[in-house]
Amino acid sequence: MPIIEEQIFISLVVLILNNYFYGSFQKTKVKMTLLTFTLILFLGAFLAGFIGSLSGLGGGIIIIPLLSVFLGVDMHYAIGTALVAVIATSSGSASAYVREGITNMRLGMFLEIATTAGAVIGALISTNAPTSALAIIFGATLIFSSVNSLRKKEDYLIKPENSSILTHKLKLASTYPTPSGEMVHYGMTNIVGGFSMMGLAGMMSGLLGIGSGAFKVIAMDTIMKVPFKVSTTTSNFMMGVTAIASSVIYIQKGYIEPSICMPVIIGVLIGAMVGAKVLVKANTKKLKVFFALLIFVLAINMIYNGIVGKI
Amino acid sequence: MSTKFTDKDLQIIIGNVLRYGVWLALTVALIGGFILLLSSSEQTIDFQNFTIKDNNLFEVFNAIIAGVKQGNGEAIIFLGIIFLFLTPALRLVLSLISFFLEKDRLYVFITLIVIGIIVLSVSFGFSH
Repeated sequence: MPIIEEQIFISLVVLILNNYFYGSFQKTKVKMTLLTFTLILFLGAFLAGFIGSLSGLGGGIIIIPLLSVFLGVDMHYAIGTALVAVIATSSGSASAYVREGITNMRLGMFLEIATTAGAVIGALISTNAPTSALAIIFGATLIFSSVNSLRKKEDYLIKPENSSILTHKLKLASTYPTPSGEMVHYGMTNIVGGFSMMGLAGMMSGLLGIGSGAFKVIAMDTIMKVPFKVSTTTSNFMMGVTAIASSVIYIQKGYIEPSICMPVIIGVLIGAMVGAKVLVKANTKKLKVFFALLIFVLAINMIYNGIVGKI
Repeated sequence: MSTKFTDKDLQIIIGNVLRYGVWLALTVALIGGFILLLSSSEQTIDFQNFTIKDNNLFEVFNAIIAGVKQGNGEAIIFLGIIFLFLTPALRLVLSLISFFLEKDRLYVFITLIVIGIIVLSVSFGFSH
């Protein structure tokens, strides 16, 4: 096993063990100083950004179990913090793709009608839902996303002239550059189906504070048959605007706690950057399976805690 | 730059807004974090129970501005987070302007719907 994978493995085992001990501590209400809390969070967020970027699941989705299961932070604060982390990582990476001209900005803008409307509904449900219900829904979403990250995805290329009528009406057919500088012309299909799926993606994002990349990719790749390169970058591009629709509600309801958010956004961003570098060198196939399993364990843990009412 | 505004110009401007927006937000949050830790690193924390608040956005903004003036660490972090939220919001406004300059009325309309939903969410968040 290469050194990097070994190190990741060891740190994860430590985390899982820690989780079980911590679980029993939770009832006795551990008191931590702000400094300790900040340092633990920074390291945890670094790891979350790192795993998120290697597994392709995104940092936000791993921040939530970290805060709620390991550190005993209430789900609502965890959700608010994850949303802030999502905006930071998505804006950071979107800037590069937009400049290269891979992102389809018209497609993004059109689908944002669905995601922002969904996000508002999701955030309103979230503010009224009991914490344990949120934990169970989150666990289920986590399982879905991790299974989905392992699924082999087919890359489609629909010629602009074969696109659906709505594609032309909405001027969605476009081009993207290949690394060699060639322009690939593409179109898409089933706009209505993709739009509806995006509404669901937005709702999950507003409900749980995640980027819901898995749902967005299904909407664009599987339903609308957008080329893979365009769908991943456009999905990333949309996250920021989708997130502000729900964050406005979160801010007013007190979900955003500055002292939790500060170490998390910095840790997640650095972790994601390091993860992107490692991604080039490491054996992604093995790592992906490993992280999917790990996330599966986390998800079961959250569902269990939700059911017994410990979260 | 040619007299006609193109998608390429927009891509470069939006790319820069996203990048510098994130850097600005991070810097402000980091400064706030240092101030907070210098003043209250030994304080014990408790985030196990969530208390739902019902402040409207303008009350929150006023509290942040008042806190920043006093050099309060938490308020400065919050200011950084607000900058982070404003980055994609500014991106929306830029898209609106560029679709307008391109005389793409359909997309001016679509962008206005998205902005409208976000503005509506401000009022949804208000206490009822």
